[in-house]
Amino acid sequence: MKLNHKDLLGLEYLSKKEIELILKTAKPFKQLFTRTVKKVPTLRGKTVVLLFYEPSTRTRTSFELAAKRLSADTVNIAISTSSVVKGESLIDTAKTIEAMKADFVVIRHSMSGAAHIIAKTISASIINAGDGMHEHPTQGLLDIFTILEKKDRIKGLNIAIVGDILHSRVARSNIWGLNKLGANVFVVAPATLIPAEIYKMNVEVHYDISKIIHKLDVINILRIQKERQEQHLFPTLEEYSEIFGVNSEKLLNAKKDILIMHPGPMNRGIEISTEVADSKKSVITEQVTNGIAVRMAVLYLLADTDGGECESFNS
Amino acid sequence: MNLLILNGLVVDPANRICKKADILVENGKIVKIGKIQNAKCQMPNAKVIDAKNKIVTPGLIDIHTHLREPGHSDEETIASGTRAAASGGFTTIFAMPNTHPPIDSVTGVKFVLMTAMHEGIVNVLPVGAITKGQKGEELAEIGKMKNAGIVAISDDGKPVMNANIMRKALEYSKMFDLPVISHCEDTNLTKDGEMNEGYISTVLGLKGIPRQAEEIIVARDIALCELTDGRLHIAHISTAKSVELVRDAKKRGVKITAEVTPHHLSLTDKEIKNRNYDTNLKVNPPLRTEDDVKALLHGLADDTIDCIASDHAPHLAEEKQQEFKIAPSGIIGLETTLPLVITKLVHKKVLTLSQAIEKLTFNPAKIFNLNCGSLSIGSAADITIIDLNKTKTIDKFESKSKNSPFIGMKLIGFAITTIVGGKIVKENGKIISD
Repeated sequence: MKLNHKDLLGLEYLSKKEIELILKTAKPFKQLFTRTVKKVPTLRGKTVVLLFYEPSTRTRTSFELAAKRLSADTVNIAISTSSVVKGESLIDTAKTIEAMKADFVVIRHSMSGAAHIIAKTISASIINAGDGMHEHPTQGLLDIFTILEKKDRIKGLNIAIVGDILHSRVARSNIWGLNKLGANVFVVAPATLIPAEIYKMNVEVHYDISKIIHKLDVINILRIQKERQEQHLFPTLEEYSEIFGVNSEKLLNAKKDILIMHPGPMNRGIEISTEVADSKKSVITEQVTNGIAVRMAVLYLLADTDGGECESFNS
Repeated sequence: MNLLILNGLVVDPANRICKKADILVENGKIVKIGKIQNAKCQMPNAKVIDAKNKIVTPGLIDIHTHLREPGHSDEETIASGTRAAASGGFTTIFAMPNTHPPIDSVTGVKFVLMTAMHEGIVNVLPVGAITKGQKGEELAEIGKMKNAGIVAISDDGKPVMNANIMRKALEYSKMFDLPVISHCEDTNLTKDGEMNEGYISTVLGLKGIPRQAEEIIVARDIALCELTDGRLHIAHISTAKSVELVRDAKKRGVKITAEVTPHHLSLTDKEIKNRNYDTNLKVNPPLRTEDDVKALLHGLADDTIDCIASDHAPHLAEEKQQEFKIAPSGIIGLETTLPLVITKLVHKKVLTLSQAIEKLTFNPAKIFNLNCGSLSIGSAADITIIDLNKTKTIDKFESKSKNSPFIGMKLIGFAITTIVGGKIVKENGKIISD
């Protein structure tokens, strides 16, 4: 089975089966990391362009490593030194990349829908590495992969996403993916950071994590951007930390095997205490590792190559 | 040239006419309506237009057109905008003042009138700014602009956020019997907004614009209108609650009128999702929900909403072909308004043909004291001939810009002939500008 899409623009557009296929495909790729040579020839001759309009360390590096471990050639376009600073439009940049015969374009952009524009414009496979407040599908997939690895299931789990839901593409991708696989999804945030009518996405909205902490299997904590305070979305970082920050005290009533997740980068002491971030419940660094495996799976499945079944890399 | 328009179904709401009749035009004026015996013998030199199976109406009036001149003649000019108007069946259009610089002085008003006289092919009536530079701080020279020829005042494109300035505008313009056209938007609530706030904006990750941003200013301006006894016209009304506010105000006798655009009557925010962030759906106020559309249609039918206006807002392709967030708001509408009204309102029996024509002719004329909008004997022969059954897929435009979400849509009912002051400016689908 292959994905029925040229691009990966969001988890909203994938079926449950397609999500399961990506997760299943990522498994043997992760086992590859234990080898001395962490590389397979699957995408030899293919070119992956990394087009990042926003600063990023982990997502960009993760995609680059994923592509390289599949033997693809990678090109990084640093926007600060590109024609974009001369005023080139996204569509013209896309057409230039197309003319250079790229097979994949991994795009990160501060504006929602940017990945859609580029996907409509060129024939290369587009992977959305985060567009504005819309989606960050590979982050959603790696989060689900990590939960699955630890809990062995998604269906029936109680999973809370805590923090700036309004501006979070990670939250939206998580909600689509987790709901499709049967989890019960809760969002917890100040009312000013809850987007309109989000309940229609089949989530329960809460303003106090203490009230639901006892039933949660997973807490996925989102980064709070300091500029939100300037937009009067909450009064002070101190207040945010006290009421919405996740610390050991709030976890006292939690299940013993609760998983703590964070897409990074973290603001220690604000949305998450150092004690929680570094505790045994935390799988934050494993999320980073799993990100590469999931991104390899996505590239592999979108490539439509004759590389054979991914299980063959397991040997 | 004298004209004989024969055998058409004449629909003239101003004179309560809806019957088969002939029309005789002499020296640019309507001289007779009714059965004209041996018409061709009586007027051997007249041009004869056979309007059999066609509708003959007063020339359509658009009270909300952005002509972009001066300042953005790459998007539209008075010449190209009036061609688009003629093509859409409009014989009179308002020129909104948010040009660069804004029309906030006699010089600006004269520029529009002179350019229209030399280069335009339909009547152009300037709207003056409410405030100097449309900055919302000081009243513009409203009286002098009235003497120069404006028909209303508006800071359209932006609201007058300062309630005290809006109060003064309503009070001051009353002396000149000039309606104040209000662009109702609380900019504190709409800052950085991209589309209607709701489930769709949440899913698409676009910054929402709550309906209350419009409704708060509609309510405020109604209150100010009551305070001042001024004349208030609400531009591009878009929410159910706004319609309710206008309806209640009218019941109380407040001097308020309202307009709605064809796109707010025929599209919802869902389309932005269905069409993957198509920036031709980015408008201000934003496309709302099905409930709002229903309320707008109801408001039109019960005469809460007086007029249908295009809010023709041309933008260059390169401006629209950008990320949704940075693409400008607005779409062109002069050439799609009439077919949308006929397709979505008349053929679907939301309005009778007569009601629809009334909202495009007589009502705007009445609200803004215009000397047009009817087929009265002795009036200038501004006439539109419409084929209710003509089907066409929207593809080409006379407008310089092509930013329309209706491209590719099959619509029924188009203007086939447009006559301005007895002169044919569109015939058989072609613009005649000489």
